[in-house]
Amino acid sequence: MYFRSPGNGTSYPFDARYINRTWRPVPRNLTEGEPFMDKTMKNRTAILLFMLPACILFIGIIIIPICMSAYYSLLDWDGITTPIFVGVKNYITIFTKVTIGFPGAVRNAFLFAGLSLFIQLPVSLALALTLAKGIKGEKLYTALFFVPVIISTTVIGQLWLKIYNPEYGIVNSFLRAVGLGEYTKTWLGDSNTALLAVFIPILWQYVGYHMLLMYTGIKSQPTDLREAAMIDGASNWQISRYVTIPLLKPVLRVCVIFAVTGSLKVFDLIYVLTNGGPAHASEVPATIMIKQLFDRNNYGVGSAIAVFIVLLCFFFAIVIKKVFRTEVD
Amino acid sequence: MSELSISGTIKPTKKYSVGNIIITILLLIWSALQLFPLYWMLTFSLKENSEIFGANIIGLPHNWLFSNYTTALQSGNMFRYLLNSVIVTVASIIITVVAATAATYALTRMVWHGRKIANAIFMLGITLPINAVILPIFLGLSKIHLTDSYWALIIPYSAFALSMSIMIASSFMEGIPLEIEEAACLDGCSVYGIFWHVILPMMKPALSTLSIFIFLQSWNELMYAVIFISNSDYRTVTVGIQNLSGSFTTDWGPIGAALVIATFPVLIIYAFFSSKIQESLVAGAVKG
Repeated sequence: MYFRSPGNGTSYPFDARYINRTWRPVPRNLTEGEPFMDKTMKNRTAILLFMLPACILFIGIIIIPICMSAYYSLLDWDGITTPIFVGVKNYITIFTKVTIGFPGAVRNAFLFAGLSLFIQLPVSLALALTLAKGIKGEKLYTALFFVPVIISTTVIGQLWLKIYNPEYGIVNSFLRAVGLGEYTKTWLGDSNTALLAVFIPILWQYVGYHMLLMYTGIKSQPTDLREAAMIDGASNWQISRYVTIPLLKPVLRVCVIFAVTGSLKVFDLIYVLTNGGPAHASEVPATIMIKQLFDRNNYGVGSAIAVFIVLLCFFFAIVIKKVFRTEVD
Repeated sequence: MSELSISGTIKPTKKYSVGNIIITILLLIWSALQLFPLYWMLTFSLKENSEIFGANIIGLPHNWLFSNYTTALQSGNMFRYLLNSVIVTVASIIITVVAATAATYALTRMVWHGRKIANAIFMLGITLPINAVILPIFLGLSKIHLTDSYWALIIPYSAFALSMSIMIASSFMEGIPLEIEEAACLDGCSVYGIFWHVILPMMKPALSTLSIFIFLQSWNELMYAVIFISNSDYRTVTVGIQNLSGSFTTDWGPIGAALVIATFPVLIIYAFFSSKIQESLVAGAVKG
């Protein structure tokens, strides 16, 4: 657990608050025999007032709706007629009814997760290690690589629609210009290439994000271990492999969790680029959920998918946390 | 590597070694890959179709066509969409910052039963995919006739940013030494006074980090904006662009202009606060 101290951005591998607590001389209220501030800090009205806005928002917009989603997933309901309770039938339907295309969408989501893990994260790690070593202009590079991250996914999607445009897009124009005209394709309209074509912009957009997480992580590591390894004659590669990367484990864990859960709930870019088409080739769970909910008014089936996405995200977040166990936990 | 060269035992890395040159070249190639699509977007927003479609695909425009921007702003209605996005984003920032800082104070400083559990529940919200609650929220908002209004987006956006905001705020608040609050308390300051006069002023750097985080999330959100808003008077920029690309399918210039217009506020803020922005998106994650 790295603790971020205010202001200067350096982190300490301990909780500064805990340290404060242990040696702070605690003034005591002599008559009651308890820390004098406790009375102020136990003010129930104040606690209630401070918690109220956040609780209203969180319970009203997150907790109650989640429970309702779970309840709706057990109904056969189109929003107009009386709902019929059908138990887990919707969960069976999403996996057995071929026309919904849900198993394929889950497979695509896993494929996204795999590509993120084995292409996106290694690229990000390589960039982060290179930049953190103190390349000339490292601040500029980090700033540049981060630019796509802050741009709206909708803009990125529309831009890549143009890039992939079969007649005028730069991908095909480039292929024609270098004499590879026979490889031009309708990238997003061809069910063989659509999935890969929607993955590339996602990879392109978020490499900078993972890179920055790792870069910040490396920069917050104490340098003395690396120096010691260097004095012992370790090569750059050895320092990265045996010192920097093992120390980076907590950050890598976060990156893996983000890459996996992000792939499971991806929506915006696919909605803009293909909306799951052609013929379900680039479908992901969230696009199917939206279609079932708002195009077909299939509230039960759509909610079952929603609950399934939630379970999947929590499942993987927990599994990854267990796999990447760090000394601190 | 110069900071590592201690007492001459380490041979300083040569400035122009082969390795360094290769690394620099690779970094430059990667920078080009990251920036070229954006450069292309900027140039085609200033071109007319004949240039985009063949005469001048990747060069700077021969004929700087700023009329694309007026088309996007006026007939494309981008101005209205921008305004809507600003309203929704600013309101979400205010609501979330108030709710999150107040809750964080109660969660990190005050003493009460259930504090740990409450904190854990809020933290679950970070992993929760927000698209899983879209239907109940939609039905709830329809019931009270709030779809097709700013509130239809402000309320969910505030709620969704809450967990992460509390996490960022508490990692900051934990770093504020307790002694200051104790001194204020000794001087007879009430808990509200401590929060308002002591904690909030010290939280200023964290508040801007929070605001930027909420800004990026609300400004760029698409799914809720598409589903909850059908009246064009309340459309935000992201939905506006989607509509615009539907109505200008053959005319690329105005679409490019709309994309640039939607991106511009974000880039301006990034230019001034790049380290703050980076910090806001990393803050929660690095803490784990």
